Amino acid sequence: MTLADTKPQALDFECETGNYHTFCPISCVAWLYQKIEDSFFLVIGTKTCGYFLQNAMGVMIFAEPRYAMAELEEGDISAQLNDYEELKRLCLQIKRDRNPSVIVWIGTCTTEIIKTDLEGLAPRLEAEIDIPIVVARANGLDYAFTQGEDTVLAAMAHRCPDKAPVLEAEKKERNAISTLLNFGKHKDDVATADSEYHDHPPLVLFGSLPDPVVTQLTLELKRHGIKVSGWLPSKRFTELPVLEEGYYVSGVNPFLSRTATTLMRRRKCKLIGAPFPIGPDGTRAWIAKICSVFGVEPQGLEEREAQIWQGLEDYIQLIRGKSVFFMGDNLLEVSLARFLIRCGMTCPEIGIPYMDKRYQAAELQLLEQTCSEMGVPLPRIVEKPDNYNQIQRIKDLNVDLVITGMAHANPLEARGISTKWSVEFTFAQIHGFTNARDILELVTRPLRRNHSLKDLGWDKLVQEAASV
Amino acid sequence: MKLAYWMYAGPAHIGTLRIASSFKRVHGIMHAPLGDDYFNVMRSMLERERDFTPVTASIVDRHVLARGSQEKVVDNITRKDGEEHPDLIVLTPTCTSSILQEDLENFVERASMTTQSDVLLADVNHYRVNELQAADRTLDQIVQFYLEKAKAKGELPEGKTAKPSVNIIGTTTLGFHNHHDCTELKRLMADLGIEVNEVIPDGASVHNLKRLPQAWFNLVPYREIGGMTARYLEDAFAMATVDIAPMGVVETARCIRRIQQVLNAQGADVNYEDFIDHQTRHVSQAAWFSRSIDCQNLTGKKAVVFGDNTHAAAMTKILAREMGIHVVWAGTYCKYDADWFQEQVSEYCDEVIITDDHTVIGDAIARVEPSAIFGTQMERHVGKRLDIPCGVIAAPIHIQNFPIGYKPFLGYEGTNQVADLVYNSFTLGMEDHLLEIFGGHDTKDVITKGISADSDLAWTADGLAELNKIPGFVRGKVKRNTEKFARDRGFTAINVEVLYAAKESVGA
Repeated sequence: MTLADTKPQALDFECETGNYHTFCPISCVAWLYQKIEDSFFLVIGTKTCGYFLQNAMGVMIFAEPRYAMAELEEGDISAQLNDYEELKRLCLQIKRDRNPSVIVWIGTCTTEIIKTDLEGLAPRLEAEIDIPIVVARANGLDYAFTQGEDTVLAAMAHRCPDKAPVLEAEKKERNAISTLLNFGKHKDDVATADSEYHDHPPLVLFGSLPDPVVTQLTLELKRHGIKVSGWLPSKRFTELPVLEEGYYVSGVNPFLSRTATTLMRRRKCKLIGAPFPIGPDGTRAWIAKICSVFGVEPQGLEEREAQIWQGLEDYIQLIRGKSVFFMGDNLLEVSLARFLIRCGMTCPEIGIPYMDKRYQAAELQLLEQTCSEMGVPLPRIVEKPDNYNQIQRIKDLNVDLVITGMAHANPLEARGISTKWSVEFTFAQIHGFTNARDILELVTRPLRRNHSLKDLGWDKLVQEAASV
Repeated sequence: MKLAYWMYAGPAHIGTLRIASSFKRVHGIMHAPLGDDYFNVMRSMLERERDFTPVTASIVDRHVLARGSQEKVVDNITRKDGEEHPDLIVLTPTCTSSILQEDLENFVERASMTTQSDVLLADVNHYRVNELQAADRTLDQIVQFYLEKAKAKGELPEGKTAKPSVNIIGTTTLGFHNHHDCTELKRLMADLGIEVNEVIPDGASVHNLKRLPQAWFNLVPYREIGGMTARYLEDAFAMATVDIAPMGVVETARCIRRIQQVLNAQGADVNYEDFIDHQTRHVSQAAWFSRSIDCQNLTGKKAVVFGDNTHAAAMTKILAREMGIHVVWAGTYCKYDADWFQEQVSEYCDEVIITDDHTVIGDAIARVEPSAIFGTQMERHVGKRLDIPCGVIAAPIHIQNFPIGYKPFLGYEGTNQVADLVYNSFTLGMEDHLLEIFGGHDTKDVITKGISADSDLAWTADGLAELNKIPGFVRGKVKRNTEKFARDRGFTAINVEVLYAAKESVGA
């Protein structure tokens, strides 16, 4: 025990039974296949996995899917069939039908249980069929929901080139035709690029965000003369960012602790640990931290934050003084709670599947600071929560809003408790200054809906049994 | 290994849980890793269920994998017994956890020594059967368990009910229009003067299962779920089964005539011919629709049918026999029961297709280019791509299969709903001619032009590229708002920065 540990612990961390509902981490393929346009995701699992993607995610049939199931059958489980031959057959078919730049194998609980050596098979098969194969173990034995993305990005980090192209001229030569076509424009870009940025070591951001949000965050940093050299993941697997030793990296999502560790330990990058760019407060802190690491004085950052807060005031009026309870689902809970507390809400409990106190250290510190500045009690943070117990607490605390997984939303609403689906924050664009309003748009929707129906007196729609 | 993009039937544990959570006061415990409990999401979201789904996962994690479940499953069973006081707890693994080969039977035995409730392990092979077969088996297992128990205790009621009575078997949660079908069947039975003894499993209590043998006969409306239970009741209690799905005017009549036969064989004296005639000619609109001028225009139109056995077979018969539509092929994904399907539909269509591969079905649709498809959500999707209308007639279920309004597929109201579905799926009679003359009346292009007309603002390349990333259905609105913003602020060109500045100010 060190001295630091004996200090009065500010935040209260607990761990419950883990009887909570969340999505399986293989769900990450639903957004990653869209993000990485030349990829193909092959989920190696059972009917149970496939039916989940089809039903809960509801995306399997849209357009030409770039993901599929390698459905394990009885012969695979009982090891009568050869894993290598089977995977080769499927991957050749995928190569022929879709010709992706990369096939990402998503290992599941089943491949863990039957101990399929995916990492051992992939390099052999990759060499034989001549297509990169990335292996991620997004299984529910070890991970929850959004952590699936973490496993994929951690695996992909190994594939980032480790040397920047030596000669700019050489690259130009290879793209001679496109250079000709973009002749004037290209020159302009290069010219502006040099003058607008400070001279700082390369910065690579990691975390999968929709393209518009990537542009927004890149532009936010550009305002302060900071250049983003690349994103992990990139839009195309063939355009993964260069990661040289000593490059700086920063995560935009709170669930990417494995990726952060991989980038630091395996790629020898330097991690900028900052609060996450969610909400104007988080975005400001994130930019400020990056600027401070590069010794850059932010330009008009405070003013920009204040201006964004101004634009939120009408929504904040609806939630100020109200309480919010996070049941725990997507690991965005701490960042969202911190932002909502800054908006004037109180938060008795933050349920969260998994808490990496080191990767989230800056975010937790900002949470504490926010609570003390707003004069509200610190939330208790409950790792691996127990949904049954949480529902008893929700009833006791009489909270105004519950952010919950899909399984509990309708039953809570039927009991007069306002809810918002946690998955909406996973899929909506919530990062950066520009999208702060979208977070509040989601958070206030149940309250606005209830306001417009308030005179009807229909707030409870179940007959409560006599409580025992 | 099989490359799979889509499944027509879910995994076995879904079937087991559909049965368990259909009963009142029955709790399901899944022995499963985190995230495998999406059954709860399906029930809560698709059925818009108000109550917490009575299913809890006993989580299989890294520790369980390393050391076995030890006390975990037993603890979870006893905990739920104390918290929820169910009558029965059903334990089920998933495909994943069944490979662990833990002795779940032993957990069940140990737990049931201390629980108030009964505890059962679902007896299903997770790699050999699908959702439908597992549901059929689990219902049979629960019914047998309670009837054998009652028999052993000497608690089985003697004899039949005084009036003719029926058990309706196979109505479940997350079934395709099951609730509405059940309401319609109860009405039909009331019209026939038949008492409903028990409806299982939906809304039933396991304690009432011992009353099942009192009914005069069992009605099994769906081929997929309930058949095993009915066969058990036939063997053990000599109960008669009526397993004709009353879907469509002709099949409903056949079902009612079969009921009449079964009742009269047991000493009743009923004659339903007048009822059938009255319903067919004067109450149901479907028979009249078949004779109407609207339906005349459907004569000889080409259609294809695909779904589960019950709905695909019935739909094929309705289209061919009651509406004069040419069914080019009919198919089912119930491969395990293919012979029955073949026998039912072969005289009503040119070709029978048995497959659970959606690409085979997609290709078969593209090959014949029918005027309409009657299939599942998957075929609806294929139809959208090929620009062929599709009426959805079978599971896999979708939120659209839980309409707020009353939409049964069975009984006489069901015949009306099916007639509507058929009629609305085809391009309508006069519309057909008008489309040929005027080349359609789609005004989409005109609207698009309206948006971009008389714009005095220039979009830079990066602004335009960013605008194109915005989803199509809001792009027009974003473009208008951004241009308004730019005009108000005196910008002449819109680049990506202006686009996002506009978003921040408008809050759109």
